[in-house]
Amino acid sequence: MAIDLVKEKYNDAINTVEIGPSGSKTVKVGGETTMPFLFAEGGMPNAPVVALEVLDCEPSDWPESVKKSFGDSIKTPVAWAKACVSEFGAKILCVRLQSVHPDYGNRPAEEAVATLKSISKEAGVPLIVIGSGDDEKDNEVLPKASQALKGENCLFGIATQNNYKTLTATALADGHSIIGESPIDINIAKQLNILISDMGLDPKRIVMHPTTTSLGYGMEYVYSIMERARLAAFIGDKMLSMPFILFVGQEVWKTKEAKEFGEAQGVNWEIATSVAMLQAGADILVMRHPSAAKSVMKYIDMAMNK
Amino acid sequence: MALSGLDIYKLLPKTNCKDCGFSTCLAFAMALAQKRTSLDKCPHVTAQAKEALESASQPPIKLITIGSGDNKLEIGNETVMYRHEQKFFHPCGIGFLVEDILSESEIDKRIADINSLKFERVGQVISPDLICVKNTSKDKDRFAGSVKRVMDGTKSNIALYGDDSAAMAGAVSLCRARKPLVICGDSGNLDEFIKLAKTGSLPLAVTCSNIEEAASATAKAKQGGVEEIVINIKAKNLSGKIQDYALMRRTALKKNFRPLGYPTISFTDSVEPDIELAEAISYATKYAGIVIIRNTKKEYVFPLLVTRQDIYNDPQKPVQVEPKIYEIGKVTNQSPVLVTTNFSITYFTVAGEVESSKIPSYIICCDADGMSVLTAWAAEKFTAEKISDTLNNIGIMDMVGHRKVVIPGYVSVLSGKLEEISGWKVNVGPREASGITNYLRGYK
Repeated sequence: MAIDLVKEKYNDAINTVEIGPSGSKTVKVGGETTMPFLFAEGGMPNAPVVALEVLDCEPSDWPESVKKSFGDSIKTPVAWAKACVSEFGAKILCVRLQSVHPDYGNRPAEEAVATLKSISKEAGVPLIVIGSGDDEKDNEVLPKASQALKGENCLFGIATQNNYKTLTATALADGHSIIGESPIDINIAKQLNILISDMGLDPKRIVMHPTTTSLGYGMEYVYSIMERARLAAFIGDKMLSMPFILFVGQEVWKTKEAKEFGEAQGVNWEIATSVAMLQAGADILVMRHPSAAKSVMKYIDMAMNK
Repeated sequence: MALSGLDIYKLLPKTNCKDCGFSTCLAFAMALAQKRTSLDKCPHVTAQAKEALESASQPPIKLITIGSGDNKLEIGNETVMYRHEQKFFHPCGIGFLVEDILSESEIDKRIADINSLKFERVGQVISPDLICVKNTSKDKDRFAGSVKRVMDGTKSNIALYGDDSAAMAGAVSLCRARKPLVICGDSGNLDEFIKLAKTGSLPLAVTCSNIEEAASATAKAKQGGVEEIVINIKAKNLSGKIQDYALMRRTALKKNFRPLGYPTISFTDSVEPDIELAEAISYATKYAGIVIIRNTKKEYVFPLLVTRQDIYNDPQKPVQVEPKIYEIGKVTNQSPVLVTTNFSITYFTVAGEVESSKIPSYIICCDADGMSVLTAWAAEKFTAEKISDTLNNIGIMDMVGHRKVVIPGYVSVLSGKLEEISGWKVNVGPREASGITNYLRGYK
């Protein structure tokens, strides 16, 4: 039976963002011209990537089940970062400068930046660098970190509607890309992309964080916001054409379903949330448990098979 | 896809004879479009027009029922590609494969495992929906024996998967009352399976290797008198299956193309449990009507069931928690009292932060129709009066020795009035839940 199937073909593509200095290890994300994995309708020139998360200090509030999977390396940020790459297959890392936070050590910015520099040098993969979550400390540490990694073409975060100017200015000066975060709100996402572009940063240097929520905690709200933004981008909305980053590990390991019912369920919760986000259009997943990350990398390989 | 009044008008005799009770054919057509009357009121309508109108009034993707009674599984009748366009209506069925090459004790063990998979989440009980018994052995008696064990061991809905119609007829006779889904594994035997499904008025799944074959097979089944049909696409990889599901659904919805207007059944191919979970989640999010998996371990099944629950939530209707007092940790009569709304995400986020602060506290969820704090405040569902009323009537006064309450930072404007009318001392908490841990640690 010959059937006239309804295929969705779009004229516009998601921006391609490059992370890392140019060379064989550069990670490219974005570039899609189709909803996830629908290869008869369009392309996904770059496979989604998993970034393992490392801190610039030993994590104090991560569940034991996650910490022990890294062994002793987790006690020293550089060793931890190296293990993520050599043992657990990460092609990109997300370094969180947690130690400067008043509640997590309140260390001076210079110390955090020194650790970051060693990680960058020793790990040898492109970096995503994010602050501690304390605006005041982050506005101090991120410009220094940005300068220290000048030319490394990192992805820096996190810019919000109320705090984007410092980060945008430093990214511009030092040649980095940035993450813009909006609270599960497509209008704010767009507005922030406009504000950042208006300061002169190339829209192809922006990655969107639509906010992450774990499976069972409103994951579907994020899922639908991502689908809406993607569809708008495909029909020409340039200010929503940025790739997505999701901080899956951070949200999943807060939930009692991940923490209290054994390690396997926690790992599966992280896998399940990640896969749902990939099906909604995620480009970068920042994950915590190395086993979950490994499974998701394997899944991406399988899903990218045409 | 529904026809407009004008589309219907074109199919009517246009004589304005008034026999239907309406003054003109156009008026009758308009009433039909709004489903205020039925076509049989017109004695002059032609057979072709009748058929065209009847098929147009059918949903573009047919509703299929497997099983009977309270447990029955309904799938299909979906109307959109993306949940934000409206919602997904019938949560995909999640079931387990039981192959008849297993020994009796292995089957019993599997049934026991499956029976134990029942979870409660956000006030709903979630559990799997069916067991698919497969005639892998190709042995008729073995198949029947396995079906019987499953029938005896569970109240679950049943799907029967086989290539041989004689073996299938035997199995069907054992569980006809449960209205099983009959899955024809070998398209060469489709005719016999069609007869079997028609005779028993059972839903039939056709197995095909691509969309064209699927459309031919469903057309054939329909012609053979089978009403309820399910499509099984095999021999494709993950992206191939998802692409086919999307194309079939879109073509059925956008073009009202009947031969593809049926739900799908999906079997996982992966052997490793983690990848099987990932595969199953892909099908559950992307358009499968039924997902059949192998692994019965609860730490895998639970996240899959929750994924389905999330995706099939109505995006226009927030999920609520019961408005009541929630105790987090080992509370005493001196523990802090926090008040928020009964939007489930709000509650879970607040509860998570309170938990990680390790300060035992009471959280009171006011009945705010399940709205988040700011929305509820704007809609006047989360007012000083409402909070005061809740504080004084929900029973918290008997549980704590103090009269101090923390309200969300976003509604700090309520604090004056709330103190005045409730008699409680009001403290303004942080605006975002993420600030609660620090706030509580410094709270006195």
